[in-house]
Amino acid sequence: MSERAVTPARQAPPRGRRRGVLGWLDVRGRRLGGWAFILNRVTGLGVLFYLYLHLIVLSQLAAGPSSWNALLNWFLNPIFLVLDVVLLAGLLIHGLNGIRLTLVEFGLVVSRQKALLLAFGTVGVIVLLIGALRFLSDVGAK
Amino acid sequence: MGETVTFRVHRYKQGDAAPHQDTFQVETEPRTTVLDALTAIRRTQDPSLTLRHSCFHASCGTCAMKVNGREVLACVTNVRELGTAEVVVEPLENAPLVSDLVVEMAPFFARYNAIDRPLVRESELVPGAQRAPGVERALRYEDCIECGICVSVCPIAGTDPDYLGPAALAAADRVREEPRGRDLPFVLSLADDPHGVWRCHAAFECTEACPSNVDPAGHIMQLRRALIGGRLRRLFAPRAEVGR
Ligand code: SF4
Ligand code: FES
Repeated sequence: MSERAVTPARQAPPRGRRRGVLGWLDVRGRRLGGWAFILNRVTGLGVLFYLYLHLIVLSQLAAGPSSWNALLNWFLNPIFLVLDVVLLAGLLIHGLNGIRLTLVEFGLVVSRQKALLLAFGTVGVIVLLIGALRFLSDVGAK
Repeated sequence: MGETVTFRVHRYKQGDAAPHQDTFQVETEPRTTVLDALTAIRRTQDPSLTLRHSCFHASCGTCAMKVNGREVLACVTNVRELGTAEVVVEPLENAPLVSDLVVEMAPFFARYNAIDRPLVRESELVPGAQRAPGVERALRYEDCIECGICVSVCPIAGTDPDYLGPAALAAADRVREEPRGRDLPFVLSLADDPHGVWRCHAAFECTEACPSNVDPAGHIMQLRRALIGGRLRRLFAPRAEVGR
């Protein structure tokens, strides 16, 4: 007879073994397409949040040129330039994966969806690197 | 050579406040599968361990469960090849829990059976395969072994309890490909629903996890294509046949 011990399990409650919305963010055991699914959701919410933020910032135009210029100077702070890189990454992930999904979900290139993901991923990384260099060289120049 | 492996197994009985995990030590041989180990636990350590299995060779689909966080058929999952000192065994997700490693498959079968896809294919052989000499005709069953793995891995089935699910939708697409006397417009109407093909968000987890190469996500996309084509045809020629 072997040793037997009881340990608490990190499980969903019984009868509720459904992954749920938080399950979307659970990356354990996920494969490439699952990662793309998760990233698409996270970046979608991020880009939506940014859109509202952007509209709030634009509303400062109504306060006149001096307050607008002050705001623009504030955005040249290195922290905002780094956030610009994050924004670019989010837009690239959501945009490129969106094109892939549009093609695949219309039943086109379905058997090549993984290759398409890798190809778009490569394009995204290259554009992100170029963009990051541009943004961050502005930080260096400051 | 025998090697002792630790198994952490999900336990839950009706009426328990919450599930927990029990730890068992199991002697394994190079060919020991997770299902071998679990049946050995039941035989020699804890007869109350509940699990489901039948064929022991990846045909019946009853032994699907999560091993080290991934959905697999326990009967063809070699313990040593997992390469972990500890093996964590849990039931499938996105289904009601009955006991220990057993989930309720009735909702899965209710959806699957609604499609009523015939079991024997028209297309006789797997592409590229050859009949053995002297064999004039081969009978090929559908690939799906109704294991439920695709539903367990699906993020959409995780949030939409009414989602028809990858296996049922793949079956619907097989009816589209080979109707074999079935009521195709009815099957397409089941799939053409907000909780049908349009609910899928193309994570392709089902296709990756399916142990029987069904490619449910691929079928869902082909089904969408057919449905979109059918709609376009109806738009331009109202009497066009649906779906094909
Ligand atoms: S489609 Fe694949 S994963 Fe889904 S039930 Fe059938 S065999 Fe299992
Ligand atoms: S026991 Fe039949 S598929 Fe595993």
